[in-house]
Amino acid sequence: MELSKAENIIVIKDLIKTFGDKTILDGFNLNIQKETNVVILGKSGSGKSVLIKCIIGLLQPDSGSILVFNEDITQMNEDELDQARSKIGFLFQSNALYDSMTIRENLEFPLLRHWVDIDRAEVDRLVSEALENVDLLHTLEMMPSELSGGMLKRVALARTMILRPEIILYDEPTTGLDPVTSREIENLIIKLQKKNHTSSIIISHDMNCVKNTSDLVVLLLDGKCYTQGTYEELKQSTDKNIKQFFE
Amino acid sequence: MGLVLTMQLRPSLVDYGVESQLPVMVGLAIVREIGPVITALIFAGKIGSSIGAELGSMKVTEQIDAMTVSGIKPFKYLVATRVLATTLMLPLLTILGDAISLFGAYLGVNIRSVTSFSLFFLQVFKSLNFSDVLPAITKTLFFGFAVGIVGCYKGFNSSKGTQGVGISANSAVVLSSVLIFIIDLLAVQITELLGLN
Repeated sequence: MELSKAENIIVIKDLIKTFGDKTILDGFNLNIQKETNVVILGKSGSGKSVLIKCIIGLLQPDSGSILVFNEDITQMNEDELDQARSKIGFLFQSNALYDSMTIRENLEFPLLRHWVDIDRAEVDRLVSEALENVDLLHTLEMMPSELSGGMLKRVALARTMILRPEIILYDEPTTGLDPVTSREIENLIIKLQKKNHTSSIIISHDMNCVKNTSDLVVLLLDGKCYTQGTYEELKQSTDKNIKQFFE
Repeated sequence: MGLVLTMQLRPSLVDYGVESQLPVMVGLAIVREIGPVITALIFAGKIGSSIGAELGSMKVTEQIDAMTVSGIKPFKYLVATRVLATTLMLPLLTILGDAISLFGAYLGVNIRSVTSFSLFFLQVFKSLNFSDVLPAITKTLFFGFAVGIVGCYKGFNSSKGTQGVGISANSAVVLSSVLIFIIDLLAVQITELLGLN
């Protein structure tokens, strides 16, 4: 389905997720428009990662709905979820590269399993292109254990992009990286978003990352969407719950 | 295994004056029981723990989640292949283990007396029936399945970071070893019921 730029590609309604007697998401609502970078801001343990795991179908919410391209993720069976996931990329906080495979194999793996009819030359071209996008073509035959933290993050980003997803979910993309590498990752996120016209949800509490990558900032507090606005709007807020992130 | 068994059995057989039956007794013990069970226990220690640790490590580093979000079914890619491999390979390893044990038994027999290689193995194979070999090899298929499925289950349910990986590997070995004994017990009962003993 073709959506215009102003249409919502993700609509989250009254999302509730509990673990035991602890309520993590308590009626969370959010609409995300096409080609928009939304940063979810919140304290550690506030449910940011739970939220994006619900969006990708790794966690099943207790109630509420998550419409992605107008289809409710929460009502899908495993096969339907697999189909929906081909349009969504996920960059893990830990990168989650397969450590028994070379970088080439890591990138080929989703390609060969999703596009079964793809020929060898096309696979090689797509892998090279994805690695070129992150300036790491020379690591093609290396193992993940041979790369630095920043390089691993860039390879993970290349793997996320290789299936050309329309939505990308980033789970703390700059956590644990030095400021220079963080800046490189932020620039890559912006560059790839512009190049591929993707929409993104970025989980972060790195305020530089929030400032540099966000079109819209959403503050997640007590399991709810406390407020949303641009970085500058939130920065100027006098609300103490918002101010504490900008001090 | 065969060498030790031979050396342990010899004094008792000498007391009863049936030392010549040593190859027969050792052969039967190895092929019917000791070979499959000991091979399966070693297999559980080596392969069961390695599957538990590998999948546990993939679980805690979110590699399994990465597969899921790429639309790849981890069960098909990680579990089915490993369980199939353990189920099919353990019978082959048992045959190899039996052969090495029997050779050890031959060496054991020759420590105190002189028996030719051909005479020893002639006596061993003469004493073995189809009903000794088939149930013994068949039960190793189930041992292998148990080792594979327990290793995968424990790995997939790993939690608590690197500590959890160690726990998964450890409990995979313990549980699959217990299951091996339970399956062995059931196999003996079924073999008896079928009149193959």
